[in-house]
Amino acid sequence: MLEAGETLALIGPSGCGKTTTLKLLNRLIEPDSGEVRLGGQEAHEVDAHDWRRRIGYVIQSGGLFPHFTVAENIAVTPKLLGWDAARITHKASALLEMVGLPAATFAARYPADLSGGQAQRVGLARALAGEPDIVLMDEPFSALDAMTKDALIDDVARVRRELGFAAVIVTHDFSEALRFADRIAVMDKGEIVQMGPSAELIARPGNDTVARLLEAPKRTAAAVSAAFSEGG
Amino acid sequence: MFAEELAVFPGRYAGHLYLSLSALFTGLAVSLPLGILAAPRPRLAGPALGVASLVQTIPGIALLALMVPVLGGRIGFLPAYLALALYSVLPILRNTIVGLNGVDASLREAALGVGMTARQRLTSVELPLAMPVVVAGLRTASVWVVGAATLSTPVGAESLGNYIFQGLQTRDWGAVLFGCLVSAGLALVLDQAIRAFELAAEKRSRALAILGGVGLLAILAPLLLTLSGPRDVQRLDRDFAIEAEPLAGRTIVLGAKSFTEQYILADLITRRLEAQGARVELLQGLGSSIAFDALVQGEIDVYVDYTGTVWATLMEREDVPPRAVMYAETSSWLRNEHGVLAFAPLGFENAYAYAVTRDTSQTSGLNGVADLAGSGLTLASDPEFFGRPEWTRTRDIYGLQGLPTRGMESTFMYEALSGGEVDVITAYTTDGRIDAYDLVLLDEPAGALPPYDAFILLSPDAAEDRALHAALAPLASAISNADMRTANGKVDLDRLSVGEAGAWLDLQISN
Repeated sequence: MLEAGETLALIGPSGCGKTTTLKLLNRLIEPDSGEVRLGGQEAHEVDAHDWRRRIGYVIQSGGLFPHFTVAENIAVTPKLLGWDAARITHKASALLEMVGLPAATFAARYPADLSGGQAQRVGLARALAGEPDIVLMDEPFSALDAMTKDALIDDVARVRRELGFAAVIVTHDFSEALRFADRIAVMDKGEIVQMGPSAELIARPGNDTVARLLEAPKRTAAAVSAAFSEGG
Repeated sequence: MFAEELAVFPGRYAGHLYLSLSALFTGLAVSLPLGILAAPRPRLAGPALGVASLVQTIPGIALLALMVPVLGGRIGFLPAYLALALYSVLPILRNTIVGLNGVDASLREAALGVGMTARQRLTSVELPLAMPVVVAGLRTASVWVVGAATLSTPVGAESLGNYIFQGLQTRDWGAVLFGCLVSAGLALVLDQAIRAFELAAEKRSRALAILGGVGLLAILAPLLLTLSGPRDVQRLDRDFAIEAEPLAGRTIVLGAKSFTEQYILADLITRRLEAQGARVELLQGLGSSIAFDALVQGEIDVYVDYTGTVWATLMEREDVPPRAVMYAETSSWLRNEHGVLAFAPLGFENAYAYAVTRDTSQTSGLNGVADLAGSGLTLASDPEFFGRPEWTRTRDIYGLQGLPTRGMESTFMYEALSGGEVDVITAYTTDGRIDAYDLVLLDEPAGALPPYDAFILLSPDAAEDRALHAALAPLASAISNADMRTANGKVDLDRLSVGEAGAWLDLQISN
C-alpha cells in the first residue's frame, strides 16, 4: 500500500504498536498472521537476512557498532551484499557527503567520537548504503536536541528527494510527521485508526484519538503564530 | 646444591609450562563454545555455571589428588592436566556468558536490522564487543592455572611445585622461594602477554603485538636451557659399573613421597639402579596414598613405605601387634590383596616418639612417657596426630587425659621446643634434629606407638623382576636408625643437597 518513493509516518501514543508494526516489515518480529510484500515478493519467500538487506533500518540512538569506524559501519550491508571494495568505498564517501559529514574528516572516526546528531546521520548513511527501495526509521530524531533535530529533518527530507526511496517513519511527534511524510497513519491499541494526507487528518479527524493527537500541535501552532504576530 | 637444582630446572619449568598451557588451551576450547551456547539460554547457563563453580570450590590440591582415583590410579601429566583444565573453565565460561549478555540489546537488533545472519552477528558484533570481558576471564584462568600447577607434584607431574614441595620438606626455604618466584613470574608475564595481545587487537597496534610476542618468547626462553645441555648432567659424576649391567637399557620408574628421608632414599636407590645400567625415572613428592595406588597400577615400579603406614591407612587396622608380626602381616596382605611385593626391610624405622630436651628430662625427672602424667607439661604435634589411634592409645594407657596439647606444623615444632614454648613433641625417630637439638626420646614400654619399619615395595610386575631384585638386594637391612638420622640431618640441618646425603648413605652401605 506504499507507493515507490512515498513516505508514510506511523504516529500514536506510546505502546500503540507503531514500532511493532515497523519491525514486522523487516521481520525483526514475525507476524502471527497476514503477509508483508515488497515489489511483488512476499517476505517469507526469502531468508530473513536477505529480506533485511533490501530494507534500510534506522533506529533511535543510531545503533552504530562501536568497534567499527564510521566507514566500516556504513560498509556493513554492502559487504553482506557482496559488493567489491572499490564500490563500497565510493558509496560510503558519497553517502557521508550527502548527509553532511565530509568523508575525509569522518570516515576513520569511531562512533564514540561523534555527537548525537552526527551518529544519527551516519545511521542514515548506513541504512542507505545497500541502495534499498525502502527505509524504515524508528524514532530517528527523538533523542536529539531541537536545533539538531530541525537541521536533520530537513537533510533527511532532502536526501530522500534526491535518492527517491520510500520511507516509513515511526514518531510520536505530529510536527515531525507533518514535515516529513506524504501520508500519516494514526495508530491506537495496535490498529490503524485513520490514514491519509496530513491536511485531510487536520480537516477531518476521524475519531477522538486523532483529535486528541492534534490538540497539542494546534495549541503550539496558535501560540507560536500569536507570538510571531505580536513580535512582527 | 645450587648446581644440582639448576640442572633439574629445565625439566621442571618445561613441565610446568606444558601443563599450564595445555590446560589453558583445553579450558578455552571447552568454555568459549559452551559460553556461546549458554549465553542466550538461561536453562543451560545456570547449570553450566553451577557445575563450574562447584569445581572451583574444591581446593586445588584435592581436585588434583581426586583425578588419580578417577583415572583408575593414573599418575603424572594426565590427572594434573585434567584437573587444571577443569579449574580454568569457570572464569572463562562465566566471562563469556557475562560478556555476550552484556552486549547492548539495541546493537544486537541493529545487527540483524542491517542484514546479518545470527552467526555473522555473533562473529562480527557480539564476540568482538564481549572480547575484553572474555579475555579478562582468560587472564584470571591463566593466573590460577599457573599457580595451581605447582600443586601437581603430589600426583607425579613434574612442575615448579617440585621445588616448593621438596623445599618445604627439607626446610630449604631458598628452593621454596625459587619455585614460588618463578611460578609467579611466569603467571605475571603470561597475564601481561595476553593483555598486550588483546590491546594490540583492540587498537590494531603492531607495537603491542610485538610486545606480547616478546612476553611469550621470554616465557619460552628458559626452555632453550633444555637444549643447551644434557638433562642428566647431575648424574655424570656417578660411577657406572661397566663390567656387568644386568639392567642395561631398562627404565625403572621410582616413586618417592614428599619428605626429606624419601628424597634421600630415592637418590640412594637411583644410584644403585643406575650402577646396574638402568635409566631411572624419578617421580618425587607423591602424596602417600597416590604413591601406593600408582605402584598397584604399575605406574611406578618401586618405592619405600613404612609398615605402620600400610597397617593403619591401607589395612585400616587399629591394634598394634609386635614388630615382626606387623611386618609379616603387612607383607602378606600387600601380596595377596594387591600383588605388591614387600621386597625387604631397609633396617631402620621412622616411627613416632615422644621427645623432650635434655634439660626438661633432667629437671622434670622424665624417663618414660608414664612420667608425663600430672607433669603439667605441654605436648605439641601435627594437628592430625591428636585424632589418630597412636595418641588416643598413648593417652589411655598412660593416663595423659589432663596433658595440655597443641597442634602445630611439624617443621616448627623443634624451634618451639628449644624455645621453651612447648615441653614435649612427637618426633620422627629418624629426624636429624633429634641429635642436633640433643633431644631425649621417652621410653614407651607399653607399645602404644606402632612400629614404622621402612620397607621396599615392588609393583606386581617388578615383583617378578630378578635383575631388579639383585640390584636392590644389598639395601636389605643395610641402613641403621643412626645412619638414616645422620643422612636426614645432612639435608635438614647441614644444608647439603639430597644428592650429597644419598652419596654418603650409599658409601655407608658399601663399607
